[in-house]
Amino acid sequence: MDKPLDIIAPEGRIKGDVSLSVPHDSAEKHVTGAALYTDDIPEFSNQLHIYIAKSNVARGRISTFDLAPVRAAPGVAAVLTADDIPGVNDYSPIAGDDPLFAEGEVFYAGQPLFAVAAESLAQARAAAALAVVAYDKMQPLVTIADAREAGAHLDLAAPMRLGDAGSALATAALHATGWRKIGGQDHFYLEGQAAFAIPKEGGDVHVYSSTQNPTEGQHVIARVLGVPQNAVTVELRRMGGGFGGKETQPSLFAAIAALTAVKTGRPAKVTLDRDDDMIMTGKRHDFEVTYDVGFDSEGVIEGAKFNFESRCGYSADLSAAINDRAMFHADNAYFLKNAEIVSHRYRTDTVSNTAFRGFGGPQGMIAIECAMDEAAFALGLDPFDIRIRNIYAAIDRNETPYGQKVEDSIARELMETLAEQADYRARRRQIDDFNKANDILKKGIALTPVKFGISFTTTHLNQAGALIHIYTDGSIFLNHGGTEMGQGLMTKVAQIVAHEFQVDIDRIKISATATDKVPNTSATAASSGSDINGMAARAAAITIKKRLMSFASETYGCSPASVVFDNNKVHAGGEVIDFADLVKAAYFARVSLSSTGYYRTPKIHYDKAKQKGRPFYYFAYGACVSEVVIDTLTGENRVLRADILHDVGRPLNPAVDYGQIEGGFMQGLGWLTTEEIVYDEAGNLKTHAPSTYKIPTASDRPEILNIAIWKHGENREDTIHKSKAVGEPPLMLAISAFSALGQAVTAAADHKACARLNAPATPEEILRAIKEARQRAAQA
Amino acid sequence: MNDCVQFVLDGKIVEARNVDPTTTVLQYLRRELRRTGTKEGCAEGDCGACTVAIGELKNEEIEYRAINACIVFLPTLNGKELVTVESLSKDGVLHPAQQAMVDCHGSQCGFCTPGFIMSLFVQYEKGARSDRNSLCDALAGNLCRCTGYGPILDAGRSMSELPAAPLRHAQAETIRLLTNISRHDGLALPYGNEGQIYHYHAPKTLDALLQLRAEYLDAVLVAGATDVGLWVTKQHRKLGTVIALNEVSDLKFVDETADGLEIGAMTPYADAHKALAQWHPDFGEVVRRLGSAQIRNSGTIGGNIANGSPIGDTMPLLIAGGARLRLRSIRGARDIPLEDFFIAYGEQDLRDDEIVERIFLPHLAKGAHFRAYKISKRFDQDISALCAAFNFTIDDGRVSAVRVAFGGMAATPKRAIKCEAALKGAEWSRASIETAAAVLSEDFVPITDMRASADYRMTAAENLLRKAFLEFDGAEARVLKPVAVAHG
Repeated sequence: MDKPLDIIAPEGRIKGDVSLSVPHDSAEKHVTGAALYTDDIPEFSNQLHIYIAKSNVARGRISTFDLAPVRAAPGVAAVLTADDIPGVNDYSPIAGDDPLFAEGEVFYAGQPLFAVAAESLAQARAAAALAVVAYDKMQPLVTIADAREAGAHLDLAAPMRLGDAGSALATAALHATGWRKIGGQDHFYLEGQAAFAIPKEGGDVHVYSSTQNPTEGQHVIARVLGVPQNAVTVELRRMGGGFGGKETQPSLFAAIAALTAVKTGRPAKVTLDRDDDMIMTGKRHDFEVTYDVGFDSEGVIEGAKFNFESRCGYSADLSAAINDRAMFHADNAYFLKNAEIVSHRYRTDTVSNTAFRGFGGPQGMIAIECAMDEAAFALGLDPFDIRIRNIYAAIDRNETPYGQKVEDSIARELMETLAEQADYRARRRQIDDFNKANDILKKGIALTPVKFGISFTTTHLNQAGALIHIYTDGSIFLNHGGTEMGQGLMTKVAQIVAHEFQVDIDRIKISATATDKVPNTSATAASSGSDINGMAARAAAITIKKRLMSFASETYGCSPASVVFDNNKVHAGGEVIDFADLVKAAYFARVSLSSTGYYRTPKIHYDKAKQKGRPFYYFAYGACVSEVVIDTLTGENRVLRADILHDVGRPLNPAVDYGQIEGGFMQGLGWLTTEEIVYDEAGNLKTHAPSTYKIPTASDRPEILNIAIWKHGENREDTIHKSKAVGEPPLMLAISAFSALGQAVTAAADHKACARLNAPATPEEILRAIKEARQRAAQA
Repeated sequence: MNDCVQFVLDGKIVEARNVDPTTTVLQYLRRELRRTGTKEGCAEGDCGACTVAIGELKNEEIEYRAINACIVFLPTLNGKELVTVESLSKDGVLHPAQQAMVDCHGSQCGFCTPGFIMSLFVQYEKGARSDRNSLCDALAGNLCRCTGYGPILDAGRSMSELPAAPLRHAQAETIRLLTNISRHDGLALPYGNEGQIYHYHAPKTLDALLQLRAEYLDAVLVAGATDVGLWVTKQHRKLGTVIALNEVSDLKFVDETADGLEIGAMTPYADAHKALAQWHPDFGEVVRRLGSAQIRNSGTIGGNIANGSPIGDTMPLLIAGGARLRLRSIRGARDIPLEDFFIAYGEQDLRDDEIVERIFLPHLAKGAHFRAYKISKRFDQDISALCAAFNFTIDDGRVSAVRVAFGGMAATPKRAIKCEAALKGAEWSRASIETAAAVLSEDFVPITDMRASADYRMTAAENLLRKAFLEFDGAEARVLKPVAVAHG
């Protein structure tokens, strides 16, 4: 089942080397059903199944809480409430404000009240329904407007300032001002949240958790159980998708499973069905943004003010960092010259919104792209030209609102190359002709850039560890702190290790991420997975390699530096030795064949009070041109074609990178078009299943989708093999489709008013925007 | 009558005894057989992670269909072959669908992959077309959150170039086993629930069905289980006595007569698709977008009617087409216009002992103009916000006959009586259409829900009437071009 050898093992190179399109390490397991996810792990005969009972009230005090009927129900082994927690009733990542189980009060509809462990899930669920719970209801804050009115701030952030935005705006020749709504997004990972805990001796517990963050799971479980962290092991081989939704939230389910296992002495499992998963877990933050961008008469930005407001839900979770990242991306790829960026993070009585691919960055970028379209409209110019005029460029036009200099920008080259390759100018003219000839259907086209900062903005998280063993047969065991959620991280890190030892990749055993192998790791998030874990794994490999070189130099009478690892062989003192033979000889010579590796990202620092520093090690870039058509009678819409040019530095694995680019783009497209989260006035989520929440299907992929990796890509910083992170940035390529939809709406108003489209651009929203634009056109 | 479910899996007969017959195929696979390759993603037949293939004997050969194992009850397998993702490879040799997915980097997190493999497996075994539209239709019921679908579509295209996999197990033996099981009568499976003993009946003939219907007046009737399955998997309801209609072969037919189409109530949409598309391309397009391949393989036209949903996609089309229903009981049959069947939300003109037997859809009148539109947030595999069908006959520039029906605009699928009255006899002109559009708000008071607001529904309904008019004039008015029917 190997790929053709010239793809994954070209002549003279090892199989699976860095830069080759190596298939995902689990591809064959995926297609045969052999890949095990948390719910697939073989169960024990005394297995318990856990159902978590939820509040059906958004905000209120619990007035009645009678669980006696639950305890008496058939098959029930344990009922767990806040009173059963020996440690701290909190699974939050930072703020201490996420109770496992409600205590006296509820903060959102869907909040866990208690857990039932029974012989079967059906019994647990049936028992939970017998609880007698009543509430003194309070009026919930559901929307951003509710929270604004109530002054419900969750976190206060200092404004970010560059120059003097007020003065610049006062004298600007042209203003693009407006207000936009940007919807949230459910992760809709195909595998729901799951955790499976096995009790060990002496109160220890081993937990299989579908998580991007095993270390945090371990720490939370220890805190909940009131035991040292060394009593808890969290392990994860793979997730069925994460996208940020398994960064902090799995701790809740892992902790409940662990608590049950420790309390009952029996293995216990939580697997959420889709509805519970969508109701109980947070989403991408929805935003409202008010903007005023001042331009000179040529369309060059003089200054900009952005006022971001977001719905964070009932607790802090990662909302501070997410909203920070929105502020960091208000400029997208443009020099603002003078800027003031304000961020309001509202507490609402809804589920706590959380990390989602892009982490606030996508929401941050929308306003400036809208302003570009509006300025172009006002000046009668092609928006592409306005964008090019404002792109970060020369030394005197490269300072971001947070003080970091943009020194690696290739956005302009990417955009101009893409415009050429995708025939942007000619197609824009053709679309004008089409629009003149068609009353009902209108088309639009837009080319937008992406500049995305790479690094955790919380500086201490930018560290990683790895562990490598070589056994005496020359087989290699690889472990690191990164987690596999489908993004191909394990494959990339194995390629890096294969390259270092110059052995075929199939000699390397990829192992489950586990807190007892590599400790104190960061979440696999912020697109950092291969950057930091790849470096840590390489460091571990180099440590062992140096020992082997030293051993070979002594054995074969040459200098250590002259020992060369090449294509499964080692060259030393004129001898050519099989890698496995050298390893075995080294073992007999009592050379350690195991090492850890460690990495921390250099150069980064940030002062949150001043909102200045260098939060990002480097930037990743991309550009996309999308062509759309809308139906002005129904608002139905379709992306007809998209062309993408994306920068991944020097690719570690082009096949994996293409997969991230296309998958990210399509996920962004869903966020901006069909995926709509609806709450009712009482704070109940109405879209909690795929029947009501619509992620893209196969036919939503544009019929023409051309994706290219930037050929000249090379990270200027000293990253792993000069590659760049690719997990998040491509999601924002889809903003081009949103902008193109706006162009089509503008065309529907006969170019007499510029569209004010909100996201997601559902048929209903497009019809609304057409009507609103036509009203303004009639008044103009 | 048989009291155990028998089906073929990997060349052997599996006998499921004493299993709650409302256990889904997915639950049985994962919990009883511990075959965990098939995944649960939604338990409502929407995401496709649970897709398996069902093989049925047709003319001495096995014909495969993809279904959602998460909502189909175990007894549905009786007399059939079940194929899961674990069944496909042998001795390390992958099925072409699997090999192509590996070669094209078609899996990332891998959780949806088994479902995609099974949908592709069916396409491969059928020798189905591998153009983009055919693949998108075949895969509309499989959601992937990682890849963006491109590599999966590539795999669908390239698998047809790969040689057939060595037989998983002797096909002749499977056919022999299926022939043996198929000889058996219908099922009567006893099961206990809350201290009571109930039966799950799966009769094979119409007579047997009518007898059972008369005997168990409060039984739950199950056709394709694409709705009733969710009562169990989503609402966790206990069903009591169940009469499954999906084995009643007398109710599975599509007949073209001189007057029109006669379709047996238990005909899955997949089997009626071609005839309905020939009746009118817009009907074909609405059926193409109804659920997914998996849902259309299970879901029946009669089940769709009988459950009385206000948003059953084909109802407005059938009503605008002048369809009539035949209802039958042990006492005899009666025919009614389809629109009269829907009395109110959750209330249909169906007596305790009756079943929906067949539907009759007359040919369009000569010179009739028919148009149908489905509006939803997503084109494929979405439930409509509203659905509209128009049937105009124009004589000498005047509207001589008109039927207009909508779904999603009221508590039932409904004709727009005032709108029709405004058009009847009127000049075929934009002015008449505007007059008719203006009275739609007297015909309907739509609701606001998560699919659309009341305002949007009303505006879109008026605009669809305008669109139907403009399309007759030859205007280009669809962002989604209707797709030719690729399979029957």
